Amino acid sequence: MNRRSFLKTTAVAASLAAVAPIVNVKSAKADENKFKEALNKITGGKTPKTSSDVKLVAPNIAENGAVVPIKASVNLPVEQVKAIHVFAKDNPNPYVFSFYPTTQNGEAFISTRIKLAKTTEVYAVAELNDGTFLQAFKKVKVTIGGCG
Amino acid sequence: MPRRAMVKIKPRRYKKGDIVTVATVIMHPMETGMRKDKKTGKVIPAHYITDVEVYYGDERVTYMKTTSGLSANPFIAFKLKVDKAAPLKIIWKDNKGDVTEKVVKIRV
Repeated sequence: MNRRSFLKTTAVAASLAAVAPIVNVKSAKADENKFKEALNKITGGKTPKTSSDVKLVAPNIAENGAVVPIKASVNLPVEQVKAIHVFAKDNPNPYVFSFYPTTQNGEAFISTRIKLAKTTEVYAVAELNDGTFLQAFKKVKVTIGGCG
Repeated sequence: MPRRAMVKIKPRRYKKGDIVTVATVIMHPMETGMRKDKKTGKVIPAHYITDVEVYYGDERVTYMKTTSGLSANPFIAFKLKVDKAAPLKIIWKDNKGDVTEKVVKIRV
């Protein structure tokens, strides 16, 4: 390799490195918007309040993003709870599922396994019958992503 | 085509009025529609469960709207207050129109 071609390649590499962070910031912003959109679809534009009545159990570190066990419950009488919605903030499709309990359930509790694409916050949003939204969230570190 | 599904009630012995945990598993690939086949390079079409319904007797007690964000072979557990002897029916529906039903009897 002569000097000229070496300089050329390093220049290209340097410019690429300069461009890369900008791209990353953009995609992160798109994820944020996607999550807000999905949340607004459920809440109708309301912002959920963070509350200790909503309990979300998830691992701190998930080795396999394809199978992340989570438990979500609401510490209120089940008559008051209309639904529990779960979101994974940085997933390509942030909305994961909604759970609608009735009085026959006895407790507003759901346990399942979800996919996480990368390290992200998992949100559990409880919808109450009086129209208020409460939330709890937890950051889960993902070693291997599970969204294909 | 009905799929293999399993429903378990924990604890196994329960009395009238108890709140038990109903654990369910169904064999389902839960394809997101974003994964590519490594051999052919073609996108595997989305195939996932969209609705889970639970009937206790004639009454619908729980409804769940799901997306491909659930893991493959989804495990779902929820609580149920057992206060009558009636069949507990769980229905899974997917985006290709497949419907799987599983019935367990609640004896109290």
